[in-house]
Amino acid sequence: MNQLPFISTTAAVDPVFMFLFGACLVLLLGITVTMVIFVLRYHRSRAPHPTSQAEGNLWLEIVWIVLPTLLVLGMFWYGWKEYLVLRTVPTGALPVTATARMWSWEFRYANGKSSPKLYVPVGKPVRVELISTDVIHGFFLPAFRVKRDVVPGMSNYAWFVATKPGSYDLFCSQYCGTQHSAMVTTVEALPEAQFAAWLNEDKRGTAAARPDGRKLATEKGCLGCHSLDGSPGVGPTFKGLFAGQVTVVKGGKTVTLTADEAFLTESIRQPAATIVEGFPPIMPGNPDMPDEQVTALIEFIKSVK
Amino acid sequence: MDSNVQKVTAQPSCFWNDTGKSGLTSWIFSTDHKRIGLLYFYATFGFFLTGVLLGLLLRVELMAPGRTIVGPQTYNALFTVHGVVMIFLFIIPGIPGAFGNMVMPIQVGARDVSFPRLNLLSWWLYITGAIIILTSLFSGGGAPDTGWTFYVPFSSRTGTNVSLAVFGVFIVGFSSILTGVNFVTTIHRLRAEGMTWGRLPLFTWSLYATAWVQILATPILAITLVLIMTERLLGAGLFDPARGGDPIMYQHLFWIYSHPAVYIMILPAMGIVSDIIPVFSRKPIFGYKMIAFSSIAIAAAGSLVWGHHMFTSGMSDTAVMVFSFLTFVVAIPSAIKVFNWVSTLYRGSISLEAPMLFALSFILLFSIGGLSGLILGSAATDVHVHDTHFVVGHFHYVMFGGTGFAIFAAMHYWLPKFYGRRYAEKPAVVAWALMFTGFNVLYFTMQVLGMKGMPRRYYDYLPEFATLNLVATVGSWILAAGLVIMLVNLFRGLWWGAPFEGNPWGGATLEWSIPTPPPTENFVEEPTVTHGPYDFTGIGR
Repeated sequence: MNQLPFISTTAAVDPVFMFLFGACLVLLLGITVTMVIFVLRYHRSRAPHPTSQAEGNLWLEIVWIVLPTLLVLGMFWYGWKEYLVLRTVPTGALPVTATARMWSWEFRYANGKSSPKLYVPVGKPVRVELISTDVIHGFFLPAFRVKRDVVPGMSNYAWFVATKPGSYDLFCSQYCGTQHSAMVTTVEALPEAQFAAWLNEDKRGTAAARPDGRKLATEKGCLGCHSLDGSPGVGPTFKGLFAGQVTVVKGGKTVTLTADEAFLTESIRQPAATIVEGFPPIMPGNPDMPDEQVTALIEFIKSVK
Repeated sequence: MDSNVQKVTAQPSCFWNDTGKSGLTSWIFSTDHKRIGLLYFYATFGFFLTGVLLGLLLRVELMAPGRTIVGPQTYNALFTVHGVVMIFLFIIPGIPGAFGNMVMPIQVGARDVSFPRLNLLSWWLYITGAIIILTSLFSGGGAPDTGWTFYVPFSSRTGTNVSLAVFGVFIVGFSSILTGVNFVTTIHRLRAEGMTWGRLPLFTWSLYATAWVQILATPILAITLVLIMTERLLGAGLFDPARGGDPIMYQHLFWIYSHPAVYIMILPAMGIVSDIIPVFSRKPIFGYKMIAFSSIAIAAAGSLVWGHHMFTSGMSDTAVMVFSFLTFVVAIPSAIKVFNWVSTLYRGSISLEAPMLFALSFILLFSIGGLSGLILGSAATDVHVHDTHFVVGHFHYVMFGGTGFAIFAAMHYWLPKFYGRRYAEKPAVVAWALMFTGFNVLYFTMQVLGMKGMPRRYYDYLPEFATLNLVATVGSWILAAGLVIMLVNLFRGLWWGAPFEGNPWGGATLEWSIPTPPPTENFVEEPTVTHGPYDFTGIGR
């Protein structure tokens, strides 16, 4: 597994950390120990009078300008060189598109399959295209030393490779509102064969069976804002929502209407058009969601009484 | 304010009483730099305590995963207000407004600043901005929840009261610009006879460098804030990619000011330390010229490094390289200062009284903050620690361990000069020890959390971060305990303590040559300066 034809992001960055922390530790210890020695040695109880009135020393000044300059230039160069590894995607990387929205992640694969977790094959580099549908988010994989902001209107990317199977944290690192800290999922690194099976198996499943509304509501992040028990959230609760009366702001006017299928469909596809009074207009739209998913979500909302 | 005026009338004729005017209006409409300085001190320190309280609440919330005391929306508002209050209402005006005003005109041998009325206007702008910011918390859509950085597009979409808060910060910015104008003019024009540039105390030198940053960088913040308001109120679409705008442009504009602002915060703190260390070592400062020059170098180079806040933003890799390089360049003048401070101790006669303890711990805490800044300046490592608790720990080491501790040093060093009374030494040392310990427990732990990957501005976190968060919270309590002892001790001492007369520290700068507390116009007769600021020959201790 160590026979990768390229260096992993972790293997590139960690030695830079070692070098920088090492150098910083030496400097810090040097400063601290010198200071403590001077304070003890020249404390007024031992040194009632100063024994020097030196105002400076040109050679010392030159030494402690030149040496730190060389050191920090080395640090800069090393950090920059390994940063380029993070920016250079090895050839043959698996392309995945990550869509970030308030407050959930969706990962879409070349074959159209999508998932709320980032499944990757072990030993194969993965190139993640980063798309935001609303505000700036951050794609952060601490285990792989990888982070890249997900900026609306901009196409950012990141790459990494999992060298061991396992589950790794994936955080949103750029503050994005109320549920920022809940915008957490995982990278699931599977052995190559298992990954291939996962990638294709579930796809067959979606074509046959009807999508599960509750599962969708969780995966798409709906439940981050819309509660199921009537408790207030960032958006209106799903409990008893269907067929009830809602006061909404539509085109600048306040009107009361019934929360029927048409209203729910519009609210899922273009939420900004009709905003329930008292809630912020922040829900991301889903204009491209397949009809059967919208239907499944509405069926699920109907069932929450 | 009345009570303390009466309290000090037992003292000889001084700026507390010699104009015959007392009462609130004689203070809030005073053009005397010392009174304005004290007004700034009361206001900024009041906001510091407000910020501390908010910070302690944040730490209690983070004590355990999940909800501890508040919900996520309240938590987000808490850290936003903590940041806005600490940065715009405490640290930026903290040293120039308070100690700069009190001490600098005396240090250059002037009766007041160049434009005393403008100085008063600065304070009023500051108070007006502060009131507007406070109003924004309790009106409209409620306290802003954007973080102090107000990043778009979030800040242009959130329903909270961002516009009003931003307007308040805008007003405070003008106060900062006017203080800068006043200080540059004063230092150029009002130096006493014999007060050459080479005899300026280093505190004044640092204020001079700071003042230029205030004048040149703050207008960019003002422009940026106006753009946020246009975005929110007029829907201009400047930062909205759907309409051809660019959110990254906002980040550039914001950091073009806000990174130099970091130097507005730290430079005068370095000045305080440069003034205190020689006095308590009875030796001239080592490398006076290098320290003065490095202040200017930091102010200049520090204005060109803002992009290091944006390595992961999607900015071009070339820009990452340039900004990373410049960031490492700024480290050099900071290192020069540290080496010179430490060398000043060599073969001195060191007395570890409270101001010196705070000044020496400044060197340590600032060094830790500065060195962790190298981890953040290096492109490869920044990617991992950016936007994590490592950054939170880093800037608290610099801003609180650095500037905060320097302000505590200044309070113990200069406030007795202006009150004419002294605090008790032992409680001051106990308070220092507690704060120093609590500080490191709190913020070093945060840096470890960041290395382990805990992002910042997280209301909730995974169980793997729980233990360290609890440790950090306990650290915040130790720190708070020390702070309370320090405050009680200072308050008791300055109001009821033993008289502080003459030149007890043995300082050689001009403020120690005039009566304590100083008379309204500082100097009975025009001073003539004949020696350097750290020439202690003939000054007893």
